[in-house]
Amino acid sequence: MNTTQVEPLLMTGREAMRAAMTEAMRADDRVFLMGEDVGRYGGCFAVSMGMLEEFGPERIRDTPLSESAFVGAGIGAAAGGMRPIVEIMTVNFSLLALDQIMNTAASLRHMSGGQFGVPLVIRTTTGGGRQLAAQHSHSLDGWYAHIPGIKIVAPGTIDDFRWMLGPALADPDPVIIFENGALYGASGEVSPTDPGIPLERAIVRRAGTDISLVTFGGTLPTCLDAAATLAERGIEAEVVDLRSLRPLDDATIMDSVARTHRAIVVDEGWRSVGLSGEISARIMEQAFYELDAPVGRVCTAEVPLPYAHQLEQAALPSVERIVDAAMAAMDGTALAVAS
Amino acid sequence: MKHLDPDTRRRLLRDMVFVRRFEERCAQLYQQTKIRGFLHLYVGEEAVATGVIRLLEPDDALVGTYREHGHALLKGVPTDAVMAEMFGRVDGCSGGRGGSMHLFDAEHRFYGGNAIVGGGLPLAVGLALADKLAGRDRVTACFFGEGAMAEGEFHESANLAALWDLPVLFCCENNRYAMGTALDRSEAETDLALRVSGYGMPAWPVDGMDVEAVTDAAERALASVRSGTGPAFLELRTYRFRAHSMYDPELYRDKAEVTEWKTHDPIHLLADRMIADGQLGPDDLAAIEQEVDEEIERSVEFADASPEEGVETLLRHVYAEAPEPQRDIEEVSA
Repeated sequence: MNTTQVEPLLMTGREAMRAAMTEAMRADDRVFLMGEDVGRYGGCFAVSMGMLEEFGPERIRDTPLSESAFVGAGIGAAAGGMRPIVEIMTVNFSLLALDQIMNTAASLRHMSGGQFGVPLVIRTTTGGGRQLAAQHSHSLDGWYAHIPGIKIVAPGTIDDFRWMLGPALADPDPVIIFENGALYGASGEVSPTDPGIPLERAIVRRAGTDISLVTFGGTLPTCLDAAATLAERGIEAEVVDLRSLRPLDDATIMDSVARTHRAIVVDEGWRSVGLSGEISARIMEQAFYELDAPVGRVCTAEVPLPYAHQLEQAALPSVERIVDAAMAAMDGTALAVAS
Repeated sequence: MKHLDPDTRRRLLRDMVFVRRFEERCAQLYQQTKIRGFLHLYVGEEAVATGVIRLLEPDDALVGTYREHGHALLKGVPTDAVMAEMFGRVDGCSGGRGGSMHLFDAEHRFYGGNAIVGGGLPLAVGLALADKLAGRDRVTACFFGEGAMAEGEFHESANLAALWDLPVLFCCENNRYAMGTALDRSEAETDLALRVSGYGMPAWPVDGMDVEAVTDAAERALASVRSGTGPAFLELRTYRFRAHSMYDPELYRDKAEVTEWKTHDPIHLLADRMIADGQLGPDDLAAIEQEVDEEIERSVEFADASPEEGVETLLRHVYAEAPEPQRDIEEVSA
């Protein structure tokens, strides 16, 4: 056992993911990366910068702009014994591959009676806030979490950018990693060795006694900021980082609600027919008698995301909106939301 | 085109009759409601699968469409398991989860049974990519209808396979109708091999009613793929004698057209040639039919006796049930 104290490393999200991919590819020659501009360009968000030089063009494989074919090729390669990482530049582009993700990756094991698994990892960028407007900014993580047969994870910390890929690659089923674009440039502490957290496990990032803020991905830092603001007002918020959207770690959510008796779900996806509604329903089903207030929701406004900074910021979950929702819950009410 | 030796001809004839009789028996079983759901029959197109699949090695992969019963049988999936799948039973080759449109068999590298038109093409490209990356000398044969050539997935997959020199044999089963839409009503250029030649891969049009012509072309195409220079494409011109599925009243084509095509029946074409060459006696075809019918009847009895999967197993096979044997990444790096 190593007894020397190793300090956590400071990394950005893109450095953490690059370190994770590099480690996986050094360890297992079945692992390769494929996607648009992952090689010579270095990745649209510079996540794979420099990897072509180490691993060569066979394993850092630039693809044409053919989302359906290269995602499907990843599925076939996975079924054929490889461990591909397929990068889709943004979640909006993933819709061009939705047929392959839904009708093949998610269905192959079941419709073959368990004979063919798809140990594929898809990485894609999600989220707004960068003034990229209505075709590069959406959070469709919850859509994908609707589909049985795939697993959906969303790192909200730099440590998870570093350490979620390993268990995702080891998983015998397809895993989609939704990487919030705002976190690529954010810095955070990273454990020097694998902390060994199961892929499906939610984690309480801040302990609190008065209200649970249930969130994931890009809105985790926002919720932590909101919790700090609430603390100044004497309200101790617990922040639950879901990490996995399918499966959902119900036990961790309900344990938190049982402690705080109030919950706000914060989701950068749209509110209607979305993940926040699912989590709210589960709390109602499993922890109804623990609640002292209706479950609140803070989501993105129901609009294709606009370009102008002030409009986009008004659409996205903010510290202010989370604090307002939490204060309403402390009063035993829910904020009225326009639909 | 060279003529094949008598033994090979006899085997091809037997295989085509086997597929034909299997399909006709399925149609009866559908009327008897033993088989449900959608059922797409291959009657009239037998020379295509028979000519190509005989040339595949056991280690080669096959990706098929929803009209794939014949392909499964010819690739070696046991008749009992295919019929039991039609019945939706435990002993079916997909455990009753797939049905007629989703036959699968890992042992025979039979990757479906894909019922999204064009959806199997990227899968085939990926299987071939895995073989190339792992240095395995294998081919993936991908069958699809001409309707798939209107899909973006075909063009993305053809480009990718050619760009990366992948060992894929693209087998376009051009039966002239994408369900009810005739080729010239869906394609601006109806010469499909000509269209594909733009992707920089060899492409040949083939008389898909003549199993010897199919064999000849498939030999050439497979030799090209196995040489490591990338994919090849066959446009196999054929015709579906029966309806698209059991629900199709065939309003979109003339009966006279069907009658005309039936004069090119692939089974009779080969049988007549063998009779002319003194390789088939007057009662031989009936004897072959009787022999395959017996095997098919045994599979019907097997399927009927196979138990139904219990509903308590409903949620199985959505995710892996036990860790699959694989190298542990951390262990390797240690």
